[in-house]
Amino acid sequence: MLDYVTSYLRSNTTPGQAGNLLWAFIYIILIFLGLSVAVIAMNWLERKILAHMQVRLGPMRVGPHGLLQPIADAIKLLIKEDIMPAEADKSVFWIAPVLIVITAFTTFIVVPFGPTHAVTDMNIGVLFMLGVSSLSVLGVVMAGWASNSHYPLIGALRSSAQMVSYEIAMGLAVVAAVLMTSLHGIGLYGVAHGAVGDGTLSMIDIVKAQQDQHAWFIFKFFPLGLIAFFIFAVAMIAETNRAPFDLPEAESELTAGFHTEYSGFRWSLFFLAEYSAMIAVSSIAVTLWLGGWLRPFPTWLTGETWDLVFSLFPAATFLLLALIALVGTLRMPKHPYFRVQTLGLAGFAAVLALIGILLLLPPVRDRIQDIYWFSLKVAGFMYLYIWYRGTFPRYRFDQLMRVGWKVLLPVGLGVLILTAIVGVLL
Amino acid sequence: MTPVATPFFFYLLSGLALLGGILVITRKNAVHSALALILTLLALAGLYLMLYAPFVAGVQIILYAGGIMVLFLFVIMLVSIEKSQREDQFNKQWIGGLVGAVALGALFVRVFVRSKALHDLTGMPMAQLPEQSNTQEIAVYLYGNYMLAFEIASLLLLVAIIGAVVMAKKRI
Repeated sequence: MLDYVTSYLRSNTTPGQAGNLLWAFIYIILIFLGLSVAVIAMNWLERKILAHMQVRLGPMRVGPHGLLQPIADAIKLLIKEDIMPAEADKSVFWIAPVLIVITAFTTFIVVPFGPTHAVTDMNIGVLFMLGVSSLSVLGVVMAGWASNSHYPLIGALRSSAQMVSYEIAMGLAVVAAVLMTSLHGIGLYGVAHGAVGDGTLSMIDIVKAQQDQHAWFIFKFFPLGLIAFFIFAVAMIAETNRAPFDLPEAESELTAGFHTEYSGFRWSLFFLAEYSAMIAVSSIAVTLWLGGWLRPFPTWLTGETWDLVFSLFPAATFLLLALIALVGTLRMPKHPYFRVQTLGLAGFAAVLALIGILLLLPPVRDRIQDIYWFSLKVAGFMYLYIWYRGTFPRYRFDQLMRVGWKVLLPVGLGVLILTAIVGVLL
Repeated sequence: MTPVATPFFFYLLSGLALLGGILVITRKNAVHSALALILTLLALAGLYLMLYAPFVAGVQIILYAGGIMVLFLFVIMLVSIEKSQREDQFNKQWIGGLVGAVALGALFVRVFVRSKALHDLTGMPMAQLPEQSNTQEIAVYLYGNYMLAFEIASLLLLVAIIGAVVMAKKRI
């Protein structure tokens, strides 16, 4: 039994490839918990950051600086009355949120948090992620139709048209990146490795290809990689129905779009699915263009010293967060009314500092590095999502379609053809 | 890795595919039929995965379940369901359908028995593509050995797309 547990740790591969069911199960549980925490954190961060962008304070009442607000929201949603419209199609109404959550979480099976930190590595990794996340549109359509109401139906129709159109541009950008895995051409930032090799769709091998070619694909064949990345970055916002492409749930026209009739727990499932889908497409972008788990400058800044410096980053991040929380504690009002909140924030700072110190230990430090860099890049995308929502006005539907079909699709085709030509010529 | 519980997953997926297929033709509500068809397509994708053909499974999910069926639903949702339910159902030809189903089933059984006998006779090993390079193998065949046929097929599809646009738009 003990041998079975430790055999994976020495195998230097993912649990799925090693055929280790126990560790695969542990990874699934860890990813599920991590995602749930990330969604809760995103809930708080989005409200706080949006508020600060609009010169407001955001949630301030529940807990210090509103830190307990997401928990209060979750409890509210769970004990809220669950209403099903009388004329709704009961079974479809019931399945839709479940389906959309399942698709959002299933994609994480192949997300590579590190060379060995993924549930499994598939030969069709990217294809699997795109395919399963494209199923989420079914959940939206089912929810909109089953509600038997006008706003949700219009929201569902908009959503299906939008997601099917942007999937094509997204697919072309992905193909350009997959093409780059086989082309060792010099480009601007690559190194020559010889002839055209075998390409790959596996998420882990794509990152390894970037490692071998000494170039993140966003910089490869400059500016082709950058344009492909830009197309994907636009299409992924449309795929996840986020502002400025949030027409399926445009509140000024459609109340809440496809989930107007949902309440309580079912609505929270849609919320959970939306945020985990955002994290999923961000991880595709990070894997394909931003070098996945690779740390910045792995070839320029080499040597023992730089390895040590970069391995201290995770601990430094948590210690910095602890410092911010500590400053917040010291700045709390001194009135006795705030005593509990001050103590709570001090406790939060202590927990963060403890995690930071834990990450300083050499064995933890070495194992956590890949996961840290991957999560940091994904977190950058999450911030961009909030930033877009705070700055861009919502598109009109015909503008949205024009951008998708008349701008992104031709540019994507052009980038694909040019990538192939440049790759073969160089 | 070695496969786990192969017969269980085979019977589970086949059962789901059959269940979906039967629901497609028995549901009166067109949206329910379309959803049952999606269940069948996903179960088939699972069967392709079991046959060491991950690429075909992925394409099946993206194209059929994620693309074509969404357009199906898109059209069906615009049709008034109440009105279509009151209209006559096209199930008058059930005798002909039954005969066709029995004939096709008999053919499948025959092929299965015959190929099993042939296999036992010659003792040839079952062809098995390596799972790890499935996509690369397909690419070699499509763009190497059968390049011309593949390009002709894509040209045919292009003609069909242009034809659809010409017929749909009065003024181009």
